Amino acid sequence: MTPVATTFRSPPQVVHHHTTSEPPAVRRALIAVALVFLSLFLFLPLVFVFVQAFAKGIGFYFHTLNDPNAWSAIKLTLLAAVIAVPLNCVFGVCAAWAIAKFDFRGKNVLLTLIDLPFSVSPVIAGLIYVLVFGAQGWLGLYKNADNPHFPWLANWLNEQDIKIIFAVPGIVLATIFVTVPFVARELIPLMQAQGRSEEEAARVLGASGWQTFWRVTVPNIKWGLIYGVILCNARAMGEFGAVAVVSGRIRGQTNTMPLHIEALYDDYNFTGAFAVASLLAFLALVTLGLKTWVEHKNQELDEPNPQMSQIPQIK
Amino acid sequence: MATNRTKARKIRVLPGFKLTLGFTLFYLGLIVLIPLGAVFWKTATLTWPQFWQTITMPTAMASYRLTFGASFCAALVNVVFGLIVAWVLVRYEFFGKKIVDALVDLPFALPTAVAGITLATLYSEHGWLGKLLLPLGITVANSRLGIFVALTFIGLPFIVRTVQPILEDLDPELEEAASSLGASRWQVFWRVILPMLTPALLTGFALAFARALGEYGSVIFIAGNKPMLTQITPLIIMQELDMFDYPKATAIAVVMLVVSFVLLLSINVLQWWTNRYNTNNLA
Repeated sequence: MTPVATTFRSPPQVVHHHTTSEPPAVRRALIAVALVFLSLFLFLPLVFVFVQAFAKGIGFYFHTLNDPNAWSAIKLTLLAAVIAVPLNCVFGVCAAWAIAKFDFRGKNVLLTLIDLPFSVSPVIAGLIYVLVFGAQGWLGLYKNADNPHFPWLANWLNEQDIKIIFAVPGIVLATIFVTVPFVARELIPLMQAQGRSEEEAARVLGASGWQTFWRVTVPNIKWGLIYGVILCNARAMGEFGAVAVVSGRIRGQTNTMPLHIEALYDDYNFTGAFAVASLLAFLALVTLGLKTWVEHKNQELDEPNPQMSQIPQIK
Repeated sequence: MATNRTKARKIRVLPGFKLTLGFTLFYLGLIVLIPLGAVFWKTATLTWPQFWQTITMPTAMASYRLTFGASFCAALVNVVFGLIVAWVLVRYEFFGKKIVDALVDLPFALPTAVAGITLATLYSEHGWLGKLLLPLGITVANSRLGIFVALTFIGLPFIVRTVQPILEDLDPELEEAASSLGASRWQVFWRVILPMLTPALLTGFALAFARALGEYGSVIFIAGNKPMLTQITPLIIMQELDMFDYPKATAIAVVMLVVSFVLLLSINVLQWWTNRYNTNNLA
């Protein structure tokens, strides 16, 4: 860069104002448009949830949440998340390790397949499990032993008397499906950007595969992993369409929190519906808070961490 | 030498390739691919005329028009306002900017059922916004306009979050060069900045559109389930399922899946274009 350009750019504010920014009136107008749009579409609904939840007072609020059906919904939502999030976490780490650390054919196809659940409508995500496990499905014909598609599996399910559709396992499966990509999507680009040299160095210096993974990779991907888990958990607890299809909506048994909200709303118990909704809205706010915190943490780590790139690359 | 090098490249220093790739494929197959295959298996039980009759029945046709139309309009509105929001967040300073930036992701984090009942109540006759719009003769709840509002809510972060990083990385020298050569601020925006943002805007549009097509939870409460008028395609599938008419539900699901796959493919192409554009600019 020429010295002229350097001096030209050294007081950035001044340059910014004269040549590459808009007149103050335009600036203010654009900020106003953005804020009015966001207020109408985002902030107002958010505030509205909490106002409606407490519309009949704090007593009614806790009365709604203390209901056994509400408790059962909360427990089922937590159960689905507790199973789905760790499984998708393991999947995400495995997929990212395979894709980022090795070269193989069909990598792009695999990446697209991992993204697939995001582009499938939640209703269809539920439907596919009904088609596999439902009464008219692939494995569902086991009650009717004449024509089972997979006799051994169908018989086993029959013997154990395991119900999947309109029962808890179906809800867990549907939750897993819709949250498959979250952790993988965060980790793959991160691990691709970090490259292989650190792990290769650890191996060459005598570390075992597990040692390399736990001592080198995990500290490097820690924040990306946390980020993915936060987003995965938010979706797992909030999923509605997919779960609605497989749950059968039995109150106190197969209703998750979003389904319980729907049930209360359909009963015209609007304040009750918003009381349960306020818990999920609070979870959403916590999610956004954590997400911002992790992003902040990440930026902090990125900047005072340039020594990584100064280490000569082992090739 | 050459043979040595190819041999050396084949020795992998890092372990776990077979284990991790194997588990990835096994898990994807079990959770995603085999169940998705069931859709096509179930459709195969229909004859071709039956299939065609199901996917072209009047309620289904009306739902396609509605779902596509509302999703398209919502994504379009989000392109305009999403660009303004991204622009304001990247280029200007104002009070509460960090909180606003964090809250842009609210539609991602807020469960769709919560968004659904909130929008439905907010825009109902007695709701804060419905009350204001009623004297103007605008009904949002139980109308197509309501579906559009819900889909706009859902799609906003897609545009903002795809445009924001590109806008942050834009080289200010290009704008400085353009304005020093005599371009007005509007010309700089229209001729220099906007073309560079186009791939990102298109990607964001496609992402918001794809999400809106399949959206269920946030729409059904405000849509009001009027046959032929406010029934989106996922709701048609849901209704067939409630009547245990699985072949019909599956046939319509196949239509949606095919559209989703085509969109997913175009999004991947668009993203590749965005990245290429971006690295070209940096180089």
